[in-house]
Amino acid sequence: MNITLKIWRQKNKDDKGGFVKYQLDNVSTEMTFLEMLDYLNEKLVHEDNDEPVAFDSDCREGICGACGLYINGRPNGPQEGVTTCQLTMSAFKDGDTITVEPWRSKSFPVMKDLVVDRTAFDKLIEAGGYISVNTGAAPEANSIPVPKKNADRAFDAGICIGCGTCVASCKNASAMLFVSAKISQLALLPQGKVEAKERARNLVKTMDELGFGNCSNTGACEAECPKDIKLTNIARLNREYYKAY
Amino acid sequence: MTKLDSKIPEGPLSEKWTKHQASIKLVNPANKKKLDIIVVGAGAAGASAAASLAELGYNVKVFVFQDSSRRAHSIASQGGINATKNYKNDSDSDFRLFYDMIKGGDFRAREANVYRAAEISNNIIDQYVAQGVPFAREYSGYLSNRSFGGVQVSRTFYAQGQTGQQCTLAGYQALARQIKAGKAKMYARRDMLDLVTIDGKARGIITRNLVNGEIERHGAHAVVLATGGFGTVYYLSTLAINSNGSAALAAYKKGALMANPSMAQIHPTCVPVLNDYQSKLTLMSESLRNDGRVWVPKEKGDKRPASEIKEEERDYYLERKYPAFGNLVPRDVASRAAKERCDEGYGVGETGLAVYLDFRDAINNQGKETIKAKYGNLFDLYKKVTSIDPYEEPMRIYPASHYTMGGLWVDYNLMTTIPGLYAIGEANFSDHGANRLGASSLMQCSGDGYFILPVTIGDFLADEIRTPKIKTDTPEFEKAEKDVKDKINRLMSVNGKQSPTSFHKRLGLILWTYSGMKRNEEGLKKALAEIKELKEEFWKDVKVAGKADDMNHELEKASRIADFFDLATLIVTDALDRKESCGAHFREEYQTEEGEPKRDDKNFSYVSAWEYKGEDKEPELHKEKLKFEFVTPIQRSYK
Amino acid sequence: MNKVIASSISKKFVMALAGLFLLTFLPVHLGINFLLLNPDPEPFNEAAEFMATFPVIKIVEIILMLAILIHIIYGIVLQIQNWLARPRRYSSGSKSKTSFFSKFMIWTGGTIFIFLVIHFLNFYFIKLGLVDGIPVEGEAEDFYSVAYQLFKKPVYNIIYWVCFAGLGLHLFHAFSSAFQTLGLNHRIWTPVINFLAFVYAIIIPLGFMSIPLIIWLFK
Repeated sequence: MNITLKIWRQKNKDDKGGFVKYQLDNVSTEMTFLEMLDYLNEKLVHEDNDEPVAFDSDCREGICGACGLYINGRPNGPQEGVTTCQLTMSAFKDGDTITVEPWRSKSFPVMKDLVVDRTAFDKLIEAGGYISVNTGAAPEANSIPVPKKNADRAFDAGICIGCGTCVASCKNASAMLFVSAKISQLALLPQGKVEAKERARNLVKTMDELGFGNCSNTGACEAECPKDIKLTNIARLNREYYKAY
Repeated sequence: MTKLDSKIPEGPLSEKWTKHQASIKLVNPANKKKLDIIVVGAGAAGASAAASLAELGYNVKVFVFQDSSRRAHSIASQGGINATKNYKNDSDSDFRLFYDMIKGGDFRAREANVYRAAEISNNIIDQYVAQGVPFAREYSGYLSNRSFGGVQVSRTFYAQGQTGQQCTLAGYQALARQIKAGKAKMYARRDMLDLVTIDGKARGIITRNLVNGEIERHGAHAVVLATGGFGTVYYLSTLAINSNGSAALAAYKKGALMANPSMAQIHPTCVPVLNDYQSKLTLMSESLRNDGRVWVPKEKGDKRPASEIKEEERDYYLERKYPAFGNLVPRDVASRAAKERCDEGYGVGETGLAVYLDFRDAINNQGKETIKAKYGNLFDLYKKVTSIDPYEEPMRIYPASHYTMGGLWVDYNLMTTIPGLYAIGEANFSDHGANRLGASSLMQCSGDGYFILPVTIGDFLADEIRTPKIKTDTPEFEKAEKDVKDKINRLMSVNGKQSPTSFHKRLGLILWTYSGMKRNEEGLKKALAEIKELKEEFWKDVKVAGKADDMNHELEKASRIADFFDLATLIVTDALDRKESCGAHFREEYQTEEGEPKRDDKNFSYVSAWEYKGEDKEPELHKEKLKFEFVTPIQRSYK
Repeated sequence: MNKVIASSISKKFVMALAGLFLLTFLPVHLGINFLLLNPDPEPFNEAAEFMATFPVIKIVEIILMLAILIHIIYGIVLQIQNWLARPRRYSSGSKSKTSFFSKFMIWTGGTIFIFLVIHFLNFYFIKLGLVDGIPVEGEAEDFYSVAYQLFKKPVYNIIYWVCFAGLGLHLFHAFSSAFQTLGLNHRIWTPVINFLAFVYAIIIPLGFMSIPLIIWLFK
C-alpha cells in the first residue's frame, strides 16, 4: 500500500521543529510500524540523500519501553494494548495519511525528531521507587509470606515498562499512572511497607517538581497503557499519600 | 604470550568459594571512598554490580547506551530464575543444580565457577524478594516454583513470563537508590567505543555521547564490562536491536582474551521469520514446553491447517526421539531437532521453516483458565506478533539466535587477562559451557553482580589504594580517543551506496547458514572468506548518513557492524578449531550414529581463549584445560 | 504543612472534599426550588427565610461559600499547572478513550461560575443587602415572585438551562472522580458509586431545569 507520512522533524532540543510530509510506496501490511520507519529511513538516506528520522527503539518486543510515538492522535497508534514497536501496518489502509509526533510534555523535552528525554522517570524512581535493602541484608525468601492476591496485584502494577505512554496520552501530561504503579507494587508487599510513607511523599513531591501535570481522572492513561496498568493504582497512590501525613 | 591462570581455589568443591572469600584481599571502607569503578552496561548483572559496589562505598560510574538503564535487555528474559531452595522437597541441592548446568553445558564449563553459581543462587532469591520482586506465590503466601527446560526438578522462581523484567527493575531501583545517594553516577546514551589501559591495567574508557556525538574520556581504577551477549551478530535474534559486541571487542583488541566465541545458543522456541522486513525475532519462553507439545505432520509438505491433521498423522518428534525428557530436552537438542525436521521438508507454515507448539491437549486436560494463568501474557504476546490465537491454533515456532555462552575470558575472580578489567553476566564466558540451561542466565548475571564481583574486585583494588584519581589527560587516553575519532571519520567518509543494515543482514545470513545450528569445515571456511569479502566491501561502500557530532543512529549501527565483522570472524575461527560437537556447537563431521553431538574429551576438553594479534592477523589460541575432579564427563543423553 | 498543601494531590484532595460537600447542598436547594411550583408563595418564601436566618444554616453557609471559593481557586491553579505541563499540544489531537466530560471540567465549571454570579446578583446579594434591587418588578424580599418574573423571560430561561446543562456535564465526571481522588476505590462499591453518580448527574440538573420550564409554559 501507499501512505503519506506527516512526521515531526526537529534538529535538536533548541530547534523549533515542524512537520515534514513524506510519500511512502509499497508498504507491506506485514511490517511493524517501526520497520516501516526503518524502510522510510532507508529510502530517505539512499534515494533522497536526506537525514533519517531519529526515533528510539530497542527490544522491539514491547518490554523495554524505549519506543513510543504519538500516531494519528493516539500514543502507540490505533491498535489496542500495544507498544509502538508492536503496532503493525495492518492497522492502516492504502492512501492513509499518518501523523507521527513525539511524546509532548514539558517533562519530556524533544531531543531530536521523535526522540524525547525521559530522564524524569529515572528521577522519579531515584526519589524513592525502591526498597532500601543492601546486598546481603536480605532474610530468607520465605520468611515473610505474602498473600497471593497482593503478590499478584504487585506484579500487575510492577509490569510497567516506563515508556511514558501515560504521560503522552494524558491531557495534563501527568505521570500519576507511572508513579502509582511503582507506589502500588511496593506498598502491596510487606517488604515495601516500611518505607511506604516516605516513598509516597518523596515521589509525589518529585513528580510535581519535575513539571508533570496532575491527575484529573480522565482515564486516557489506563486506556492507552500497553501493559494495562489500572487506574485503581492511582486511587491507591492517593490513599498511600494521605496515609503519609 | 599471555598465560591463563584461572585462579581456582584448592579444596573440596563446596568449600572453594567460602575459602576464597575468607582469603581474598580486602579494601577498608575509608579507602573504598577513594576508588572509582566504571561499570559499562546496567542490566541484571551491571546494575546489581553497580548498586552493590556503591553500597560498599566505591564511587561508581555507570554507562549505558539506552536512555535509561531500565531498558537493558535482561528486561526481556521471560521464564525464570533458578535456585536450589528445594521448596518443593524434590531432592534439589547445590550439587544437583551444579551437575545439571555442567551436564547441560556438555562438560565445557569450569566446575568451580558453576558450583559457585549454584551455591549463591539462594541468596539471589532472598535479595530479589527483599527488593520487592513480585515472584509467583502459592495461596499460602509462600513462593512458587516451576520446572524449566532440561531439568527434572522444580527449582525455577518466576513472575509470570516477565521474570527478567522484575529482576532487572529491582537492580535498576537499587542502582537508582545509589544514584540518589550520590555514590553512583549514571551516564546514559553513551556508547563505549574503546578501553584505555595504562601500564597494562584497565584505567578507563572512551565513550561517544549519543546525543551530541561528543567523544568523552572517563577514568577509573577498574573497569567492569556488563555489556551482555553478541547474539545480534546473526542480525535476526531475540536480542534488542541495539545489543552489540563492541565493548567486548574493544577489550579483546586491547588484550583481553575472548573465550569460546563460537558457543552461541540458538533458542528453540521463537516466533519464526515472517517476512523480509523483519528486524527482530520474538522469544517465546521455554516454559511453554512444560505444557505445549512440539510436532510436525508425518507427511512431507502437508499444508493442511493443524486442526485438520489427525492425531495419528502427527509426529511428536521430541517425544518420539527423547522419551525420557520429551518436550523438555535442552535448548540445543530441541533447536537441532526442529531444524532437522524442517530441513527434511516437514516444516509448517508458508516458509516451511516452523514447527508446531500445541496446547490443545493441555487446554483439554487442565482447562483454558489454568493455561491462561500460567502463560496468558505469552499467549497474548504471540497473538500480537502473529495474529494467531494460540488458544485455538498451535503456535508456530522456530529456533533463533539467542544467547552467547562464549564471551570474554575471566578467571575465578571474573577478571579478564587485563588486570583491573572485569567481565560479568553474559559478557563473560564462565558458567554455561557449550549450552546454557533455561533460567540460569538471570541467575548467573545476578550472582555475578550482587555477590561475586563486589567481593572479588577487592582483590585487585586492595593494591590500588595508593593510586590517585585516574587522570584522563595522559597519552594513553589521547591515543585511544584519537583511534575512536579516526574510526568514526573513516566510517563517515566512505560515503558509499549501501546502508549499514544491509551489510548486517548479509553478515547475519552468512553466519546463520554456515555457523548456526549445524556447522562443517567446508562451510566454515567458506564463511571466513565471505566475511572477509563483506568486510572489505563494507569499508568501501557503506553509507553513513547524518553527521558525527549529532544524534545519529546510522553511525551507531555502522560502528557496531564494523565490529561484528571481527566478531564473526572470531566465531567462525573458533568453530573451525573445535573439531568436535558439544552443546550448541554441532559439527556435522562429529556426530553419533543417531545424529547426536559427539564430544571429544581427549582432545577438546578445554576453553578456547583467543588473543588478538593485530588487524587482519590470525588470533592466537590459548587453551585452558578443563579439569573434572568432581564429576565424570559422560555422553549427554535425554532419551 | 505548607508543603502538604502545595502538592498536587493535596490540592485535589481539598477540591474533592469541597466538591462533595457542594454535591450534598444541591438536593437541598432543589427541594426548596420545587416549592416554587406550589401556587401558594408562602412555603417557598418561608423556606427561603428559614435558610437565611437559622443560625446553624448560617454556619453551613459560610462553609459552603468557602468550599465554592476553594474549589474554584484550586481548580484554576491545577488547570494552569496542567496547561503548563504540555506547552506544545499535539497537532493530531487526542483520540484516546477517556471519561469524556473530564476533558471539559474547567469549561463546565466556568459555566457554573457564570451562573453563580447571576444567581448571586439576583437573589443572594439582595438577601444580604449588598444589592439594592433587581431588574424585575415586585418586592425584593419576595423571592417567589422574583423567580416567577425571571422565569417568564425566555432569555433568562435559556441562560439558566445552558448553565445547568454545564452543571450536569460537570457532575458526570465530578461525582465519581472525587471518590477516586480520595482514594476510595472498591471492587464492589466503585461501580455502585459510579451508577449513583450517573443518576445524580442526570436527575439533579434536570430537576433544576424543569422548574423554569414548567413556570414558563404552564404558570
